[in-house]
Amino acid sequence: MSVVFFAIAAILVISGGIGVVAARNIVYAALSLLVAMVGTAGVFLIGLAEFLALVQLLIYGGAVVIVILFSLMLTKIQDFEFLTANKQWPIALIVAMCLLGLLGISILVEGSATTTMGSTNISELGLSLFSDWAIPFELASLVLLIALIGAVVIVRRDNGEDK
Amino acid sequence: MNMPEIVGLFFKASLLLFFILMVVLILTLAERKALARIQQRKGPNRVGFKGILQPFADALKLLTKEDILPASANKQIFWVAPLAVFLPGFLIWVTIPLAKEVVLANLDMGLFYITAISVLSVMGLLMAGWGSANKWAMIGGLRAAGQLISYEIPFIMAILAIGILAQSFNLKEIVDDQAQWPFAIKQPLGLFIFLTAGLAELGRTPFDIHHAESEVVGGPFVEYSGAHWSVFYLAEYMNTFTIAVLTVLLFLGGWQSPVLPFSGTVQTVASLSWFLIKTALVIWVIFWIRGTYPRLRIDQLMSFGWKILVPASFINIFLTASVLYYALPHWVITVVSLGFLGATFYFIKKGSLAGNKQDTVTIINSSDIRAQLSNKAEV
Repeated sequence: MSVVFFAIAAILVISGGIGVVAARNIVYAALSLLVAMVGTAGVFLIGLAEFLALVQLLIYGGAVVIVILFSLMLTKIQDFEFLTANKQWPIALIVAMCLLGLLGISILVEGSATTTMGSTNISELGLSLFSDWAIPFELASLVLLIALIGAVVIVRRDNGEDK
Repeated sequence: MNMPEIVGLFFKASLLLFFILMVVLILTLAERKALARIQQRKGPNRVGFKGILQPFADALKLLTKEDILPASANKQIFWVAPLAVFLPGFLIWVTIPLAKEVVLANLDMGLFYITAISVLSVMGLLMAGWGSANKWAMIGGLRAAGQLISYEIPFIMAILAIGILAQSFNLKEIVDDQAQWPFAIKQPLGLFIFLTAGLAELGRTPFDIHHAESEVVGGPFVEYSGAHWSVFYLAEYMNTFTIAVLTVLLFLGGWQSPVLPFSGTVQTVASLSWFLIKTALVIWVIFWIRGTYPRLRIDQLMSFGWKILVPASFINIFLTASVLYYALPHWVITVVSLGFLGATFYFIKKGSLAGNKQDTVTIINSSDIRAQLSNKAEV
């Protein structure tokens, strides 16, 4: 049964990914990204990482793709025509292959762990997130803060000095 | 999972869908009757006894209407959009318990699941707005996205505070935790934030700027007709019911009741009815707000969300967490929460946070104009 679910999730991820790269319409590309994200959440779910799956849906499906679509829809589609004639694809291919190699090597080294069915303990998750992994967690929030400040700076420059 | 289990699950899901469809039909009639009562009208009273069959007539009419596809619309996205709005709203219902044993699947992270899934319905509104190839629909879709993203933060924060208070994300455990005191008494500020942000998430009348008829005609739904239009409204009423049910589950103690001397199936039925009575009260409050408050302007909506609700929700979470961490008695939350609720109302009343003053329209009395004119004449 889980093979069937995995097949569905994998098809979602792969078709979504191909859609992001190959779609001529930029809004289609963003919607394909959503499909890929939902598929990834499905893969997490099969790996019994429910919390991760829900976070994936909430942050990538809910927030990131919506913000991307929001900004795309405020612009003209004609502005993005150069995207379909991308000259940088060899670099992207090399980077993607490197990432694939890295993931493959890490799986070969570590071996594939089998997880057992069990309920995620949120309080344990929170404790380890804020004690063992506190610094990475805070660093991630710093990245978001920088993005926010950047947005404010861009908006203020457009507005001039009147405020 | 074997074949009978899948068939059983499918049967339960279709039963749930049928239940929700019935609730939506009742809600449409109830809302029209409630609004009519507020506006001193009679409301629908022709079809059936006192208009009881009106929703069925409406549904029949909508289903037999012609489905129109605008010539320049994007066909796939235009047709998928209603489903993308409806499906997340329906998927939420997988984990919502209506009574102690009446639930499809009681998830340990039910509350988190609800927040994660409900976010996805914005996508459908954006798709509808963009796919319609209509400037009003486009503006409406963008408004919907902006509004929903803004109000999601206080909404999720209010839910998180409940999770902290109950020490669980499991909806059943949250209700069990309210056996003595419902969380509405412990967190009045949280209830206010949840209900207000929930109304904004629904896009119901004080917050319905994304389909404001006077500004963007019908918003994302302007090009839709017939069955597809009705799917949008089905989703809206279903979400209204969801918010009311969640308010009851999270704040009003769910199916917990003062005295239920029954046991077994009778008790289930009794607690289910008690639960539905509470839900009906919350729904009535939502209709009441719709009937009595005018629509907010978009800048008022944004400044209300970011300058009042978001800080208030942070205060709410901070308060709950610190009281639990220092093991203070729970009435401390109540008292401080009430204080901050008062402060919130003060800020709303004062209106100093309403934003762009230069855009507000001032109404001048004719007598003032006459006085000004006579002053000029004297000079």
